[in-house]
Amino acid sequence: MHAQSLNFLFPNDVHIMWSLMIVLYPYITGLVAGAFIVGSLYHVFGRTELKPVSRLAMVASLSFLLVATLPLLAHLGHPERALNIVITPHFTSAMSAFGMIYAMYLILVVLEIWLLFRKEIIELAQRSTGLKRAILKMVALGVYDISEEARRADHRVVKVLAALGIPAACILHGYVGFMFGSVKANAFWSTPLMPIIFLFSAVTSGIAMIIILYETLSAVNGRKISGDCLQSLAGYLWLFATVTVTLEILEIVSLSYAQDEEWLIVGPLIRDKIAFSFIGIQMVFGSLIPFILLGIVVTLKRYLTAGMRNVITFIAALILLIQVFSMRWNVVIGGQIFSKSGIGFRENYIPELGTREGVAAALCIFLIPFLIMGAFNRLLPLAVEDGDAKAGSH
Amino acid sequence: MCERSENKGVGRRDFLRLAAKGAGGMALVMVGGGHSLVSANAVREGGADRRGPMEYDPSSHRYLYVIDIDKCIGCGSCVRACERENDVPKHFFRTWIERYQVSRTGEVFVDSPNGGHDSFEPSETGADISKAFFVPKLCNHCDSTPCVQLCPVGASFVSPEGVVLVDDKRCIGCSYCVQGCPYGSRFIHPTTHTASKCTLCYHRLVRGETTACVQNCPTGARMLGDARSLGDKVAEIVATSKVHVLKPELHTEPKCFYVNASREVR
Repeated sequence: MHAQSLNFLFPNDVHIMWSLMIVLYPYITGLVAGAFIVGSLYHVFGRTELKPVSRLAMVASLSFLLVATLPLLAHLGHPERALNIVITPHFTSAMSAFGMIYAMYLILVVLEIWLLFRKEIIELAQRSTGLKRAILKMVALGVYDISEEARRADHRVVKVLAALGIPAACILHGYVGFMFGSVKANAFWSTPLMPIIFLFSAVTSGIAMIIILYETLSAVNGRKISGDCLQSLAGYLWLFATVTVTLEILEIVSLSYAQDEEWLIVGPLIRDKIAFSFIGIQMVFGSLIPFILLGIVVTLKRYLTAGMRNVITFIAALILLIQVFSMRWNVVIGGQIFSKSGIGFRENYIPELGTREGVAAALCIFLIPFLIMGAFNRLLPLAVEDGDAKAGSH
Repeated sequence: MCERSENKGVGRRDFLRLAAKGAGGMALVMVGGGHSLVSANAVREGGADRRGPMEYDPSSHRYLYVIDIDKCIGCGSCVRACERENDVPKHFFRTWIERYQVSRTGEVFVDSPNGGHDSFEPSETGADISKAFFVPKLCNHCDSTPCVQLCPVGASFVSPEGVVLVDDKRCIGCSYCVQGCPYGSRFIHPTTHTASKCTLCYHRLVRGETTACVQNCPTGARMLGDARSLGDKVAEIVATSKVHVLKPELHTEPKCFYVNASREVR
């Protein structure tokens, strides 16, 4: 192999084409898929200890789903033509599937949430007056049967929808990973492991987000946190985070061990260009610390008070949310820092603040799901009442 | 159908001006001899074989592009001609030239200041350079092209002649094709916000002319051929000479072929 001075970029390879918004996009869709999986653990697999977060998980999934298109729209050169993806899809492109996968998933989640909240919608409509009553009656779709038998039928349908939602969630996020993994021009992206890494990190981020939301919501509402629920979530988070990080390490180890041409540029990329965000944030801070913290929660639970467990789990979940974001950053931005010449690096990318694809716009987009969840919670409580139906057992 | 040419008049003026230059260029070409005559023929035929778009039958052509590295002198005429012909925005390139310098110990130095637009200043690498050469680059108009495969709306497409084009009225500016091109041939146009790339001067091809870069190459390093034209000399080079394509391991099946390429070329 020839010695190369790593300073030649193809002349058109000067700009980072996919910026902060394309980091945010897989991050948000990951949260959509991950939150849904948490809900499904209760609705499909009967993990009854997760009942307190079963509705929260579904509504969180929907809230993030509703904004999932915004980063893409903010990025497109011609957002007014965005519907071309649906109108004239070019099916050899992974991206063309977006419209259909998104629509399918949206219908599924909305239907499931409607069934989950049907009883509350009807009861609230009966208590309300005026416009609110009219709107709620409309949302009830003219069905007012909340008898035990009807509720059991609802739960059966919810279980089926949640079961269908698992492959849908996997397809939704697997496809996002495939969008990167299928770019054979990019030495860092082009690996069959990419969709799998994306999928597992999505579940990790989803569980972590539900933990944060559950603990926050409980504190805001003055409700007691269910120990069984949080303990179970911590266990799942530990498992999925471990698998995710293992896959991430395996990808790099495979590239390094093979010593193919790709490693000539990916090696210096990791060692020099993204060392802080990859080794520092993603691997050490984002992976090692939560692994230890969650390990304590899972293996030493008898020695921990409820308060200590809640705090440690909260911190681990928060760090893992940062880890998954840094993973998205390292893949999307890291994969563009080197030129396709294979022998040169661009300037490091620092996102702008106030532009259409800048930090402020990204933060605004990321804030919207929380506002949706807040509004939803005001109308229909996300916390599950103790006396509510044992949906998971149906 | 094809990417809009914003300077139809420029092409005609260019032609007349460059035809005059071509006479001078041809003198150089004659000295070079061999394959470069093909390029000179293309310059001459640019005027002689003018046809209206109505007479042009896309299915009767299959264009090939051949670059003889030994003949490129890095003058940048092709880059400037492309810029004029296609109104290429500053600091973006539909074609460019790279300079390779290889030391006796195998160290490789590559540069392409402003895409070779302004030619090349002498370079001091500090190494014992044992070979140096210029490599013109452009869209490879691949037969198995990742950019067209990745386009989510079908804005990127392959014409019946095998030319990879972009419909800028349909392109949504997602940059997926830019990410997918292994050769760095595509960019997002800073004004139209759509994907832009070499069209092989399609607007000229339908008039029976050759590309601006081929027409302006003074040494005949760049050659445009037609595999469906009987006895085409450029197609003959591809058929009978040892030609090389860029990044063959990606199996994109480029229609841009290199003669006398060294193994360092990427």
